[in-house]
Amino acid sequence: MTPFAYTAVQTVASPHAHGGNAVSRTMLRVQLALTPATAYAFWLFGWPAFFLWLITLGACLLFEFISLRLMGVPHIRRTLGDSSALLTGWLLALTLPPWAPWWVGVIGAFIAIVIGKQVFGGLGQNVFNPAMVARVALLISFPLPLTQWVTPLPLTTLAAPGFIEGLQITLAGLPPPDAMASASLLGYAKTELSRGSDLVQALAAGHAPLISWIGIRAGSLGESSALLLLAGGLFLLATGVIRWQIPLAVFAGLAIPAAIGHALDPAHYLGVIPHVLSGAAVLGAFFIATDYVTSPTTAPGQLIFGIGVGLLTWVIRTYGSYPEGMAFAVLLMNALTPIIDRYTKPRILGRTRAGKPLDIPAKKGA
Amino acid sequence: MGLMEKLFGRDWGIHPDDHKRPAADAVTRTMPVPERLFVSLSQHLGAPARPVVLVGQKVRKGERLADPQGAVSAAIHAPTSGTITAIGEIPAPHPSGLPVLAITLEADGLDAWADLEGLNDPFLLPPAEISKKVAEAGVVGLGGATFPAALKLSLSEKAKVTTLVMNGGECEPYLSCDDRLMRDSAAAIVDGIGLMLHATGATQALVGIEDNKPEAIAAMQQAAAAQPHIRICPVPARYPMGSEKQLVQELTGHEIPADGRPGDVGVVVHNVGTAWAVHQAIRFGRPLVARLITVNGGCVAQPGNIMVPLGTLVEEVLAFAGGLNSAPARLVMGGPMMGMSLPQARVPVVKGSSGILALSAAEVAERTEEPCIRCATCVGACPMGLLPLDMARHIQANDLKGAVKTGLKDCIACGCCAYVCPAHIPLVQYFSHAKGELSAQEREKLRQESNRKLAQSRAQRLEREAREKAEAAARRKAERAAQAAATPESQAPSNLPAPQGATA
Amino acid sequence: MIAAILSLTILGAALGLILGIAGRFLAVESNPFVDEVEALLPGTNCGQCGFPGCSGAAAAIAAGSAPASCCPPGGKTTAVAIAEKMGLALDLAAVADTGPKLATIAEDLCIGCCRCIKNCPTDAILGAPKQIHNVLKEACTGCSACIDHCPTEALVMQPVPITLQHWVMPKPLAA
Repeated sequence: MTPFAYTAVQTVASPHAHGGNAVSRTMLRVQLALTPATAYAFWLFGWPAFFLWLITLGACLLFEFISLRLMGVPHIRRTLGDSSALLTGWLLALTLPPWAPWWVGVIGAFIAIVIGKQVFGGLGQNVFNPAMVARVALLISFPLPLTQWVTPLPLTTLAAPGFIEGLQITLAGLPPPDAMASASLLGYAKTELSRGSDLVQALAAGHAPLISWIGIRAGSLGESSALLLLAGGLFLLATGVIRWQIPLAVFAGLAIPAAIGHALDPAHYLGVIPHVLSGAAVLGAFFIATDYVTSPTTAPGQLIFGIGVGLLTWVIRTYGSYPEGMAFAVLLMNALTPIIDRYTKPRILGRTRAGKPLDIPAKKGA
Repeated sequence: MGLMEKLFGRDWGIHPDDHKRPAADAVTRTMPVPERLFVSLSQHLGAPARPVVLVGQKVRKGERLADPQGAVSAAIHAPTSGTITAIGEIPAPHPSGLPVLAITLEADGLDAWADLEGLNDPFLLPPAEISKKVAEAGVVGLGGATFPAALKLSLSEKAKVTTLVMNGGECEPYLSCDDRLMRDSAAAIVDGIGLMLHATGATQALVGIEDNKPEAIAAMQQAAAAQPHIRICPVPARYPMGSEKQLVQELTGHEIPADGRPGDVGVVVHNVGTAWAVHQAIRFGRPLVARLITVNGGCVAQPGNIMVPLGTLVEEVLAFAGGLNSAPARLVMGGPMMGMSLPQARVPVVKGSSGILALSAAEVAERTEEPCIRCATCVGACPMGLLPLDMARHIQANDLKGAVKTGLKDCIACGCCAYVCPAHIPLVQYFSHAKGELSAQEREKLRQESNRKLAQSRAQRLEREAREKAEAAARRKAERAAQAAATPESQAPSNLPAPQGATA
Repeated sequence: MIAAILSLTILGAALGLILGIAGRFLAVESNPFVDEVEALLPGTNCGQCGFPGCSGAAAAIAAGSAPASCCPPGGKTTAVAIAEKMGLALDLAAVADTGPKLATIAEDLCIGCCRCIKNCPTDAILGAPKQIHNVLKEACTGCSACIDHCPTEALVMQPVPITLQHWVMPKPLAA
């Protein structure tokens, strides 16, 4: 009989089929979901925002490459190809003030990739969300550039900085002109509250930052358009990249106390809409808190995690000294993830929740 | 099932692309008996069968070749008439490619049946008689687990089961042999179910068929129309619906305890193919010597279902099916989710072979393992409610105890987790490795215990021998002393054994 | 300040006193590990470890003068079990586990001298003077105590062949 062309190279276990999902595909989908909001932010804040985004992403890839090289990982190109570093950089860039100088992006990338991820052992091993680690480290280390918000100057307007001017703003760190400087809504509210003024009046004042669904207001890139981010998040839900538990729970955790507080004392508590549309709430709920590596694995665990993130964000925003608390909230809940996982293990079929085999039902007539 | 579980927990399983058609719609073919058959002695769960024929002996089709050996085992019969030419080792249909003992049968081309007799009115006989006849026919579970069917029947009769769950789920992609069998021989299957009901003492039979097989459902409903206690129950198509625990829960609502068996909830599960084999065994006395096999996969020219004599080589089956379009990336016996990859095609078909798949590289979609990103897709897919990612992490770190604590022993190796894993982690291989390693450790422990016993008994023996030697020496000394002191006549007692308990 | 110093001092003294008393009254005469380790060893006293029997090896392991992996017939399983019991780190690479082995007798070389039989710690060799001996596979521990006693080199250690029943799926390579 003729010998078969087939030869087994090594023992392979079942299954002999695959659903086709891949890490790189997942990462790509998240990036796709971020694209509209990011592009809109570029238009809104002009060339400096684009340069900052580019520098942050490039620096992330570079640091990832260097780390992998130093650790002697054999397939650097393939590991880079999973584009997780790219995504980390992207998320980090979205949380930065759009006109921040270049070194903010580079240092952030270093903290995110090297300290936040590779030191723990690389993809899948980190305890904390790398982008949020970087964001918090930057905020604490360099409070000034991290809190200099600008009013949006859409690219199509005359006053918007051109290509060269944009490069100067990002690379030379030209401070934005005074007229441009602005406060984000949360920052403004915090300042006004600390001055002892009434929020209702303060927000009604003419110079107060606006809440805008279409995002024409001061803030980070990722704060700009809640609607586009929401669309991206829904795309992720529809494609099954993320599950509904975390986003919903984050919004619930944030909105419910906000609603109660605002109903009780509108002079001291911001309402639901400003809370949900401000800061990193939408970005965080759909893109940051849902990070696979640092969030719980089971559905109930994800609900607890999400509620924790939302609630802590509200607490920090309301009672803390920082105007925005999403990053802190995410990191705090990241630390709790192992313990949440431990207590929300799914019930094994045929066993009780405690892991004991189910009782054998008594036989009728036996 | 509470609201919490509905909301969060039990959305188990996966919905793979089933690839069942066109193979399922192709007309069933019967393969002619090849020149030479290699009948494996390990075609069932349990101990290999013991050959009862000699080299050179002529046998007729259906004659017994090997007896069951031990409590869990099954008899093996000649798939055709001919001459036994060898009893020796051949490559097993197994991923390891290790040898297995097999009887080589040179066909004489007549394919003449031995004188076989069915039972005239089996329903008048006691249930044990049915089981006995099924055992004589060497019937095993044809779903893939190959547990001896007769043993399962008699055990269920003892356990007083009330419900017979017939597994026609065939949730594995690519496979359609059960589907085809139900379409072609629904009446025989229904008769087999009736016989099995009688043998087990169960009062009703629930036939679970996935709703992606409307033709089979219709055929079975028609065949069982006159018998209200045999109910055809369409179940949603979802992998692994054909798994025992999942199917029982779907059909009866009972959850089988982790350390229990279906019998504990009054249920016994059999495959529809087994019902067909029981029908053949009881009505015609025909032992299990051939089975329906799905030949499928991207590399197969004419996919379809073929009735193949047991012991036929896989390469002959593939050739009969119309050959291959291209060299397969992987050759699989069974389904793609739980089947075994075959290191070569010159291995025999056995009782548990439900399919032969020649898969192309695109179908296998093999890729290098990447690090786990904790996406928990595997957690959602696991039909048992396990945490595959945690189990794999423990096994990677050689922490088998940790893996067992995480639920390794509850894993049914269905492959859902590895199927959905975006990082292409060979999760099932980790689990199979760990299970094998655990049983190896268990064996090693038993061996050490018996070694210790052997060493102890040797020590006792040496001690006893030394003592006996000393006793004998003392006795001789005493005798000599007595001899010297007394007259020669008093020598008689020395022939008697020394009194028990005498010390030196 | 003073209160803190005082309270910590008292706490330290009290705990130290308890430890001292416990050390005196709960003292263990012999090393409790010896018996437990001995239970993990094969118990065939084959002597391959170089200690007088399994109890000798157990004492040496418990005293720390022998590694957990000193028992060749015990192999990896035993080494791992002992290391776990003793809380020792075990370098598995150092365990020369070539898999279980069995003594086999070359029938054409065996002269039936019975010397191996006398030295088998588990009575695994069958035979009579001037008869070809045979090894009982089930009883052989693979300790190779018999090998050196064979005058014709008819005894050889051979690895136990892997069968379908004993086959273990290999661990995935990448990890």
